[in-house]
Amino acid sequence: MNDHLLSLMTFFPLVGMLIILFLPREADRLIKTVTLVVTIIVFFISLPLAFDDVFVSSSAMHYTEFANWISIGDYFQMNYNVGIDGISLWLVMLTTFIMPIAILSTWHAVDKNTKGFMALALLLETGMLGAFISLDLFLFYVFWELMLVPMYFMIGIWGGKNRIYAAVKFFIFTAVGSLLMLVAILYVYYYSVQAGVPFENGFSIAHFAQLDIPAHLQTWLFAAFAFSFAIKVPMFPVHTWLPDAHTEAPTAGSVILAAILLKMGTYGYVRFAIPLFPVATMQFTPFLALLAVIGIIYGALVAMMQDDVKKLVAYSSVSHLGFVMLGVFAMNLQGLSGGLLQMINHGISTGALFLIVGFIYERRHTRLIVDFGGLSKVMPVFATMFLIVTFSSIGLPGTNGFVGEFLILVGAFESGLRVFTVFATTGVILAAVYMLWMFQRVMMGKVTNPKNENLKDLSAREVVIMMPLLIFIFWIGIYPNTFLDKMNPALENMIEQVKGKQQIALMVEDMDQTVTQITVND
Amino acid sequence: MENLVQIALQNVNMAAILPSLVLTCFGMGLLLINVFLPRGTTRHAVWISVIGLVVTGLFVYTGWGNPQYGFNDAVANDSYAAFFNIIFLFAAGLTILMSDDYLTREGYPVSEYYPLILFATAGAMWMASGTDMLTIFLGLEVMSIALYVLAGFFRGQVRSNEAGLKYFLLGAFSTGFLLYGIALIYGVTGSTKLTEIGIYLNAHGSLLENPMTLAGLVLLATGFLFKIAAAPFHMWTPDVYEGAPTPVTAFMSAGPKAAAFAAFLRIMEYCFFSLKPEWTAMLWVLAVLTMVIGNVIAISQTNLKRMLAYSSIAHAGYALVGLVAANEIGYSGILFYMLAYTFMNIGAFAVLVLAGKKGEDNLTLEGFSGFGLKQPFLGVAMTVFLFSLMGLPPTAGFAGKFYIFAGAVKAGYIWLAVIGVLNSAVSLYYYLRIMVYMYFRDAEEDYAWVSLPAAAVISIVIALIGVFYLGIIPGDVMELAKTAIF
Repeated sequence: MNDHLLSLMTFFPLVGMLIILFLPREADRLIKTVTLVVTIIVFFISLPLAFDDVFVSSSAMHYTEFANWISIGDYFQMNYNVGIDGISLWLVMLTTFIMPIAILSTWHAVDKNTKGFMALALLLETGMLGAFISLDLFLFYVFWELMLVPMYFMIGIWGGKNRIYAAVKFFIFTAVGSLLMLVAILYVYYYSVQAGVPFENGFSIAHFAQLDIPAHLQTWLFAAFAFSFAIKVPMFPVHTWLPDAHTEAPTAGSVILAAILLKMGTYGYVRFAIPLFPVATMQFTPFLALLAVIGIIYGALVAMMQDDVKKLVAYSSVSHLGFVMLGVFAMNLQGLSGGLLQMINHGISTGALFLIVGFIYERRHTRLIVDFGGLSKVMPVFATMFLIVTFSSIGLPGTNGFVGEFLILVGAFESGLRVFTVFATTGVILAAVYMLWMFQRVMMGKVTNPKNENLKDLSAREVVIMMPLLIFIFWIGIYPNTFLDKMNPALENMIEQVKGKQQIALMVEDMDQTVTQITVND
Repeated sequence: MENLVQIALQNVNMAAILPSLVLTCFGMGLLLINVFLPRGTTRHAVWISVIGLVVTGLFVYTGWGNPQYGFNDAVANDSYAAFFNIIFLFAAGLTILMSDDYLTREGYPVSEYYPLILFATAGAMWMASGTDMLTIFLGLEVMSIALYVLAGFFRGQVRSNEAGLKYFLLGAFSTGFLLYGIALIYGVTGSTKLTEIGIYLNAHGSLLENPMTLAGLVLLATGFLFKIAAAPFHMWTPDVYEGAPTPVTAFMSAGPKAAAFAAFLRIMEYCFFSLKPEWTAMLWVLAVLTMVIGNVIAISQTNLKRMLAYSSIAHAGYALVGLVAANEIGYSGILFYMLAYTFMNIGAFAVLVLAGKKGEDNLTLEGFSGFGLKQPFLGVAMTVFLFSLMGLPPTAGFAGKFYIFAGAVKAGYIWLAVIGVLNSAVSLYYYLRIMVYMYFRDAEEDYAWVSLPAAAVISIVIALIGVFYLGIIPGDVMELAKTAIF
């Protein structure tokens, strides 16, 4: 079974989707239950991965599967080539972990066309898992595009009042980026074939990473990849689809979008853009770090001024993902492991925040901050959970957010990005400002609005949804080594390879200059 | 190229035209049978035509890998022709299956419709297997004349009349160009045989500077570019596609377009391989122009048939990219793309055929409001076809575009590939808009459910299977496309 664990995990949701398509439309409850059961089964299928200690000692890919998929003579060959290492492990786990929670959160929120919604959610899960485990660029691209379709319909059919605009914007932004990446993928492929990479390897990234692509080509290829991923992250200034999509999406959609889909962008940098084009990474680092810092500060400032809680959380994502990018481009172990951990953290705490927004929206059908106030008196359990999640989002010591941001800032400070780090740190303070201010206005003080006086506290279902997230907020906050130990070997290996190539490129450049000088002197 | 030279001169060889001969016989037979049946009965014609197509398909299938040349080297029933024949047969079959209830609904249950489609298909097959300018021209005429009639098939409808007449006039004009081109090339080389022209042009390097060769090349290309609806010769497309009966539009957008590509590609490769730099440069510009014009104008369309007409212009542009690449991957990419396009585009038109009400005034974006939720099967089918037209995995459209752009990248046309994918990005907007109306808008209160005739549903299901088969496991067909090119 271990041989095909990843495939089983990835395609089981698809089986669930087929089952759902054959259930009667009206069987609302049944459809929801089946979907929930399927996602929980997927989680249990993936669970052995989290307990496998092989990731602590080895940086290689594990659970690999390889099969010929499409091969056409000497034109091109695509393989079904999957596997995970410490980098993708926790993102896979995050996906299988968040999905049941997201499904459970829609128990009452989705009441029209449940069948369609659940089928799309399962299709989405297959797409996301597939993208995280792909070791073949073509396969990755297929899964990457596959994710777009369900999300587009989720926003468009079940979203808020501006949903059509948001859905189309989401789709077009993301697709434009990925289309350019497609050309870059083709180019790298033919380059690799020319460079003598065995034809059977197809679009295998492990072999692409060993190529010595000339610097000027790397620049273009990296740009194409980076643009595509930057849209997904999203980085300033291509972030504008995110507030729309987040705000209009139904709760489950927002949770999946924030917790997992955004990670596709950052994961893409770590897995593809940086290892494949190390020299270009070096050239682009200051530029991307600058964008990351602008994102951190700009996202925070805009979040501060929002009057809609959901929009506030959406802009806070721009800020948080800026931190992740800064950590990734620090290119040292602290920065990268912090960045990777912060991806998980953001998935957990922002996912939780969207759930919380969903809870009060279901009760009051408004998300405007002014409509609330003093909720903590009416809903004490809710208030406690909200506060914990708020702290986690701010990055208070003891919660997961602290560990991630701390590692990122230390890593970035140690690297060549010191100046950027100084500015990025203000983001931590700003986060405290916008989150706490929002919390104060929504939860503290007197109940000013009579409609809020009789709100029900969280139901058992809602507590069950939140509990796992809270556990991980503290687990990662107090003992992050469970997670760091397994990601570090893979990250160390990657840093070593990237840095090695960068050093060689620098040496070559130095030599060129020396040669030029010598010739000039002569 | 070697096998071209080795072709022995043979006189009559019926095996070389066997598939199209069988199909023509079925068409003729059907015409005769129609005489003895009362007017208005059409069901038999559907089944006889389908049987005819299947039998022809069997002949094509058994002939695969066993190329036959005949008629003094004017016809080659090679695997290249066979691949295109399969495309035509699918296009004709899917069209015929969706036509019956449509014709009854629109008030023209006339059984001559079916033989006309079969003749057009036979003409297309001659175009694909012609290795002599005149055979190709003959096929083109047989195909076109049947299509002129089909486009104007609804005698009582002004739109249909306009489509037929417009197609006829402009078609005749473009045929004139084509003939003029053939004449000039004949004047230069003294032959109408593709291989002989190629050998002559290759051997007489100085002649390449001859303005007559270049004029002939340009005129020939114009004739074909008109048929594939490439800009700037695309003007007829929207009107004809909109006015013609919808199944005919579906057929025209796939079969004849593929036929024109088949002949165009063969002529370019057989006759003008020595002029490659010249014509690739010319087609580069036209490919870009075609993609841009098709996609940009499609954005502002509200009539769905018209929108798909512009989209079909854009897709001709994508296929031209493969011709510009002028390498094996690009060429076989065109073959694959034409098959993929047949499934996805005819599928989309089949949905329109079913969704339309008498007179088809509801085939607009507004008329599609809430359609997807009211008619789940048609909605999902349309969604799949649209995603395939956009070129999203795992559909045939993606595999096809990937194939073609891979050819372009390999040939070094990076910018052309970039322009191509950016055009795909533009196309997202109008395809998505159909889905926005289908799913994100509410249907009218008095939405009348349309019935789903079995034959048309079969046609949609075949198209769906085709789209997913070519999208998920395209390997086998791609391999066939690879072996099919010269």
